[in-house]
Amino acid sequence: MTNIGVYISLLLIFGGLLAILIYSLKGRDVDRRIIFLFVLFSVASAIIFHIEFEESATPIVKKVFEFVENLPPESKILISFDFDPAMKPEVHPMANAFVRHALVKGHKLYLMGLWPQGQALMTETIEYVLKPEFPNAVYGEDYVMLGYKAGNEGVLNVIITDFRKMYSTDAHGTSLDSIPLFDDVKSAKDMDLIFPVGGGKPGPKEWILFVGDPGNVPIAPGLAAVVAPLIYPYYPRQAIGLLGGVKGAAEYESELKKNYKEFENVETPALQMMGPQTMAHIVIMAFIVIGNIGFFRARRRKWQEGN
Amino acid sequence: MKRTIPVIIVSVVGTVLVLSVFFPPVQTMGEDFSLFFDIIAVFAFFLGGGNLVRIHLVKIYRKRPDWGFSVVTLVGFFVTLLVGLGKLSVTGVTASVTAPDSFLQTIFVNIITPLSSTMYALLAFYVASASYRAFRAKNREATILLIAAFIILLGRTPLGMKLTGWIPEWLSILQIPNLAVWIMNAPNLAGQRAILIGVGLGVVAMSLRLILGMDRTYLGSDND
Repeated sequence: MTNIGVYISLLLIFGGLLAILIYSLKGRDVDRRIIFLFVLFSVASAIIFHIEFEESATPIVKKVFEFVENLPPESKILISFDFDPAMKPEVHPMANAFVRHALVKGHKLYLMGLWPQGQALMTETIEYVLKPEFPNAVYGEDYVMLGYKAGNEGVLNVIITDFRKMYSTDAHGTSLDSIPLFDDVKSAKDMDLIFPVGGGKPGPKEWILFVGDPGNVPIAPGLAAVVAPLIYPYYPRQAIGLLGGVKGAAEYESELKKNYKEFENVETPALQMMGPQTMAHIVIMAFIVIGNIGFFRARRRKWQEGN
Repeated sequence: MKRTIPVIIVSVVGTVLVLSVFFPPVQTMGEDFSLFFDIIAVFAFFLGGGNLVRIHLVKIYRKRPDWGFSVVTLVGFFVTLLVGLGKLSVTGVTASVTAPDSFLQTIFVNIITPLSSTMYALLAFYVASASYRAFRAKNREATILLIAAFIILLGRTPLGMKLTGWIPEWLSILQIPNLAVWIMNAPNLAGQRAILIGVGLGVVAMSLRLILGMDRTYLGSDND
């Protein structure tokens, strides 16, 4: 039934695109509402009929995965939730996949955020990923939630020398001095890896500039697709690798599933989103082609009329 | 005096923050100034909240166009503030606003998250429409841009590998995902680095102007 649905949807989409191509060849412009309709239909059909593709990690994502793999157990990893709900579908899956990977390897997690909305999103990760999938993980010993702190880069400027100057307590009001995870942690320099997830300001770029580079701490940024090109200049020296957009998250999820049998049946939202994204990209490319064919036809006609 | 004191503050803080990077004895002062900034940043929340309430109350009072939306904004603002400050939950009062049963978390998960995601997702429709109209091979530069966009679009999906996966290993650079990575790693990188260096130099020049008091535009005009 699903297959029939997929075939019917593909037939409708490509049939429709062909009809629009013919329409466009007659020198008519395509109304934007028709384009909207095609994007809606292609994305909806991929969601409804579960159009999914296999993913394999590109080297830039693999480097992050392998870095976590090769860290000795009980390494300290800081994850910063620097995003809001608008960016959530794109970057939250990578944060969740990273949490799974870090905990299965026995690393210690420090969760914080430079965006006010980040605290609620890290709570979601704790409640829906960390606690159900790792019931043996103990708060304060295996993970800690520092929460949100106002001050943008100012926060980073301080925690690079002393966490306690900025965070006297965790998000629940417990003093850092009574949290075992902070027994041998003074500053962000004591982290073995920092995974800032986001796409705005402050975000992964600020982590590189204010903590990673001056503190010589490895940074593996998880980014929204639109800002990924801006972070490439920092790779590979200041950023050990990077996860860009839904594709980066899907690659990380696929790598996790491939390497760890216990994650075979966990939810993989990024992999599921690759279907709709692929369909949307196909439709956009088709419209670009149609637009150009129409453009060249019009130009040729004008040239012929001129002669 | 109204203009001299802010200029002195900017000069002192700017100088100390620059020196704190190079001279360890000044580092502590740099951290203290960062902490002062964080304290001031918290006050911005009060100012922002107060400003929001004032603007929307005036709009409702004067019954300006679309004043109904201001009512929605204010109700949303005060309800969220109340459940957050009161730490209200289904069971009464919760220990933390981030607890899963707290009303604040419920509002966040069920209202803010879907609304924000929807607004962001609408971009896909506009990007599709804009691509159709803008990506035309009108000249050589536009054609290069068009080809690069095509490769990136294909490279960001599994379709790219499906289409060019047959290319032998020794020519793997021609596989679309690898081409997409090359575009990001070579032309994009070169351009971005050039921009970054330019911006960096600009920031240094601008900072110097601010520290030396040559640029006072941040204080507003003399007539203010």
